[in-house]
Amino acid sequence: MTLLEVQGLDVHHGQLHAVRDFSLAVDAGQTVAVIGANGAGKSTLMRAIAGSHSPTRGSITINGADVTRMPAHQRMRAGICLVPEGRRLFKSLTVEENLDTGAYRAAAGPWNVDAVMELFPWMRERANQNSASLSGGQQQAVAIGRALIGNPKILLIDELSLGLAPAVVKQMYALLPDIVASGTAVLVVEQDVSQALAAADTVHCLLEGRDVLSGKPADLSRARIEQAYFGLTSASGQTVGKGH
Amino acid sequence: MDFVNTLVQGVMLGGLYALFAAGLSLMFGVMRMVNLAHGDLAVAAAYLVVVLLGSSFLPLWLVILIALPLFALIGYATQRGLFSRSLKAGPLSTLLVTFGLSIIVQNGLLQAFSADTRTIDFGALNTGAFRLGPISVSYLGLLTLALAVAVIAGVQLFPSRTRTGRMMRAVSDDADTASLVGANSRHLYAIATAIAFGTVALAGIMSGARSSFDPSMGPAQLIFAFEAVVIGGLGSLGGTLAGGAVLGLTQAFAAQIDPSSTLLAGHLVFLAVLAFRPQGLIPQRAV
Repeated sequence: MTLLEVQGLDVHHGQLHAVRDFSLAVDAGQTVAVIGANGAGKSTLMRAIAGSHSPTRGSITINGADVTRMPAHQRMRAGICLVPEGRRLFKSLTVEENLDTGAYRAAAGPWNVDAVMELFPWMRERANQNSASLSGGQQQAVAIGRALIGNPKILLIDELSLGLAPAVVKQMYALLPDIVASGTAVLVVEQDVSQALAAADTVHCLLEGRDVLSGKPADLSRARIEQAYFGLTSASGQTVGKGH
Repeated sequence: MDFVNTLVQGVMLGGLYALFAAGLSLMFGVMRMVNLAHGDLAVAAAYLVVVLLGSSFLPLWLVILIALPLFALIGYATQRGLFSRSLKAGPLSTLLVTFGLSIIVQNGLLQAFSADTRTIDFGALNTGAFRLGPISVSYLGLLTLALAVAVIAGVQLFPSRTRTGRMMRAVSDDADTASLVGANSRHLYAIATAIAFGTVALAGIMSGARSSFDPSMGPAQLIFAFEAVVIGGLGSLGGTLAGGAVLGLTQAFAAQIDPSSTLLAGHLVFLAVLAFRPQGLIPQRAV
């Protein structure tokens, strides 16, 4: 059944019409990826789903319950948790304290501070270190752990690979099947197309705020994805401009 | 022995200043806001205790036990209804809002209680003292100092040892991200303000028992509290205790030399710290 359903979403960023008439559905146990170039509106879309940014039109439902106008801090309870772009750890808190913030309004479930430390054993040694002293990949792991501890029904990850070394990106993607197996659906936003295609059950390609191509990765050819990604031609064959 | 006596009196006075300053320091540490009505709230709490004592048969301890949570509640409501709106508009508007609140509280008290000075009757505690060798130590001063240490320790430990306190630090770091893990910044800020109002009410009551007070005293109390915070280091609660002690000691020793220069000496130390050590004695983030 459909866990998260986004219908006809329009989001404005000041004057900018960042997301246009976007729809998406994520079922329980699924991994869905939204790919697109820098500035395509991916982060705005994620922030709208997480409640940090109010959409101008459209609806967001989780298990059939409308959460479109619900403030961000209540969406955790509804089952949505976002790993924000750029990790955004709390810089005056230690690693363990950062993880523990995830437990503040957590639902019951398999994840807690101990389970995350089991997954990333290095965190135990660094539990009392300031989070600012970690490498980018370690910060990403803490940010994912912090979100997981809330035991969300759906985990949103904004730019999982941004700023990370290729080897670290691989490790991060290797985690996703574990997370899905624990009962959490994953919606990931990516610039790194190949990683997203390998991990996702369904992929949406965003161009200037519009969903220009979507489907199962196996059904989409490289060429079509490249065209949609760079805006060479839209999925329907019309030229939509290039060089953006 | 004069020296030791002055030292003891100065430290006890410093305890009172630190008690005043704890809430100011907390609000600055968490919300980066300065509450200019801080001193007037202390005076208002002292009046509340006088009124409750005069109009009922409740014992003093019970009156205080009613007044402190009541002020904490007022703090919570003030944050949600007033400060949170002004914080959204920026630091200058918050400064103006608290300035306005200060004027309202001051004039409200003047209207209700006239300009006559009052004092809180603590019974034998008001004047009681014990002798330690040649030095006379007042019970009230010692109690105030003990309360200051306890309050500052509590306010210091709360953000690091409790989950609510940790969320307060998280919200202070990055409210937007904290909302993603379910933190309602307006609620958490209001808890910080509730604690600040509760502690300043306690300071006002202790001060009201130590000496007399009138409705116009708030701004002077605010200046002492503010000086203690700055001398100690902005946002550092341990520093606030040290800052209060430095201010108290300075005033006590100055009074020994020339009573008319008591307040001036305190202000001069404050200015010297601003000029030569602007980060304060113990610079550190409180939260």
